[in-house]
Amino acid sequence: MAVNATANGICRDCLAPAAGTGKRCHSCGSPRVLRHPELEALPLAHIDCDAFYAAVEKRDNPELRDKPVIIGGGKRGVVSTACYIARIHGVRSAMPMFKALEACPEAIVIKPDMEKYVRVGREVRAMMEALTPMVEPISIDEAFLDLAGTQKLHGAPPAHVLAAFARRIEEEIGITVSVGLSYCKFLAKVASDLNKPRGFSVIGRAEALDFLAAQPVTTIWGVGKAFAATLERDGVRMIGQLQKMEKNDLMRRYGTIGSRLYHLSRGEDDRTVKPRSEAKSVSSETTFNHDISAASDLVPVLRALSERVSTRLKKADIAGRTVVLKLKTADFRTRTRNRQLADPTRLADRIFHTGLDMLMRELDGTRFRLLGVGVSDLTDAAKADPPDLVDTLSHKRALAEGAIDSLREKFGREAVETGYTFGRGRAGQPQREE
Amino acid sequence: MRVILERSNLLKSLSHVHRVVERRNTIPILSNVLLAADGASLELKATDLDLEVTEAAQATVEQGGATTVPAHLLYDIVRKLPDGSEVMLKTDDNGTAMAVISGRSNFRLQCLPQGDFPALTAGQFSHIFRMDAAALRGLIEKTQFAISTEETRYYLNGIYLHTVEADGALKLRSVATDGHRLARAEFEAPAGSEGMPGIIIPRKTVGELQKLVDDPDVAVTVELSDTKIRFTIGSVVLTSKLIDGTFPDYQRVIPTGNDKELIIDRQSFSAAVDRVSTVSSERGRAVKLAISEGQVTLTVNNPDSGSATEELAASYDSDPIEIGFNARYLLDVAAQLSGTEARFMLADAGSPTVIQDTSDMHTLYVLMPMRV
Repeated sequence: MAVNATANGICRDCLAPAAGTGKRCHSCGSPRVLRHPELEALPLAHIDCDAFYAAVEKRDNPELRDKPVIIGGGKRGVVSTACYIARIHGVRSAMPMFKALEACPEAIVIKPDMEKYVRVGREVRAMMEALTPMVEPISIDEAFLDLAGTQKLHGAPPAHVLAAFARRIEEEIGITVSVGLSYCKFLAKVASDLNKPRGFSVIGRAEALDFLAAQPVTTIWGVGKAFAATLERDGVRMIGQLQKMEKNDLMRRYGTIGSRLYHLSRGEDDRTVKPRSEAKSVSSETTFNHDISAASDLVPVLRALSERVSTRLKKADIAGRTVVLKLKTADFRTRTRNRQLADPTRLADRIFHTGLDMLMRELDGTRFRLLGVGVSDLTDAAKADPPDLVDTLSHKRALAEGAIDSLREKFGREAVETGYTFGRGRAGQPQREE
Repeated sequence: MRVILERSNLLKSLSHVHRVVERRNTIPILSNVLLAADGASLELKATDLDLEVTEAAQATVEQGGATTVPAHLLYDIVRKLPDGSEVMLKTDDNGTAMAVISGRSNFRLQCLPQGDFPALTAGQFSHIFRMDAAALRGLIEKTQFAISTEETRYYLNGIYLHTVEADGALKLRSVATDGHRLARAEFEAPAGSEGMPGIIIPRKTVGELQKLVDDPDVAVTVELSDTKIRFTIGSVVLTSKLIDGTFPDYQRVIPTGNDKELIIDRQSFSAAVDRVSTVSSERGRAVKLAISEGQVTLTVNNPDSGSATEELAASYDSDPIEIGFNARYLLDVAAQLSGTEARFMLADAGSPTVIQDTSDMHTLYVLMPMRV
């Protein structure tokens, strides 16, 4: 039993079991001691990288380390990630860039390098998948992990494995993560947010109800600004109030989400961690700096997106039979159109022309804020783009595209560009002055 | 309007016109069939704005007039009425509903005003000719299967009908292709077709037409311009828009220099392809033909389920060759051939192959091989 008594705590720096109640670790003196009565029993974790894009940039350029860094840009000027120094000044993600710079004029603004972030994100994910196959990625920089049943494998309970994992990420990748540990997805996610950055928070079954009671309703997944306003109108602001309400009452008032409010407010969440299934589609989309409606502005974007999709298909050695076009209007209505091809394709040229044909039918002066293109109905590449009887040049175009691909591989993506995207930057967006 | 007609007459005419009506329509009147009673007949008309079919059915007109009612609904009602019965169609005084009365059955259908029914204005036709239904049917049936469904290449979504000078005579030719296979059929050009423009008849029109030319002895009158075509088959008139596009130069696609000749019994070949392709679980699986002197070996390999091979005797004396085709396409072509022997003209594993019926050298199929 001695082992158990000491094991309800761990030092997050030296990973030594931390017994007793002291503020510091007995072995290394670190104050980062994690203690919780249920520490050994909780299997479900949410791991979130801290200020991910900014952290990667700081890692790659140590000069930025002590400066406020904002990742974002483009003319629509939205902060995509702000480092914690910038956050001290009040910069938040999704904040308009001009406001962010008002709050923190000395901030260094860096345009996002998504390819790099995706690469680092994959490294992190690979390390997660080494812990358990039950990894459900939520986005590039966060995931749920279910470590139930891995104690024998790792020779340690999940909390210890996660603390070691967080340390390894810092050492090997050079960024920090925050970990939330609980018994269900909802509370694991809430926990990871509790003491960011470099956090490790635990919400056990025993304190779940009391903990939640003191949280605002917006803590509940699915309660956004609009719904919170509805609840506010009904006088409900804290989760504690929801805990006192009946399920029937909540469902009568708010429909199906009422049931979710009822269960989540009581810390009941039976969603399981679902490892990512095989990709069903490959797509790429972009939100414009300005809402645009003209073909001359949209077509280059479509071309650039088609090339991205094609690149990803070629890398994965797959092809898709259906081309999907997605548009979001200035008033946030989404239009999707799809068209089945006679044969699967992975050529930028075919994706582009099929998408173009669908796009042209949608252009009626409507202003769009987003354009996306992708392929679904995926197959392996062997059957893609067979020679065609009628279009005898298709084979030559495919060869030309292959040549362009290898040139880009060698000399960068701007080595060869089509006239559609030339001089328009990576996203093919109109380079217009504000 | 008040007319009485035999159920069988009404049903036959309705069955011809109602198919044109799309099941789902955003414009309500397009779901309806136009009924116009005059003289001794009831004229029925249906359209989808690209294609219009009219037919006159013999009827006793007690009171002339016209209205429109939901086409599929009327068809379903008449279909279920007892054989040999008589049907009375009678509109209300204010024209908002039409009664369908037969024996003790009494239906009321809501009407839309006939004035709203769209007319497909045919304009002037530049050419008119008559041909046997059997010939027209041949031109359609031999090529229909190769029509493309790919929307992006809309100009392949129909049969290309045109005249061409071949073997010292003028031929009326039909061609269809989807890029993987091509089918070409021809007949003696009928008088009046000389100088007609090359036209592309849309897939839906082709399908309707094929159902209308089931009686081979009837003569069909064809009228056409470069935007519309009209077929008059007995009492049925089908008018259709044409696909506004340029059909590719298909002659370029048909190889003339293929020198390896394979002759094979059509039925046993077709059956063998069908048998070996059983193991190919998905569409687009290739059948490999290993052809050597006197024999063909068919092979299908499916890593998920297994493999199949079958050997066939054949007449072949060129260098051995291995070539793959989509099993589906090979079966489609084999189904088109009617003679006892099929002739393959091959070049190499990557080039188009010409397939013909040795008893009908006017019809020709081209198949693009697949990588195997």
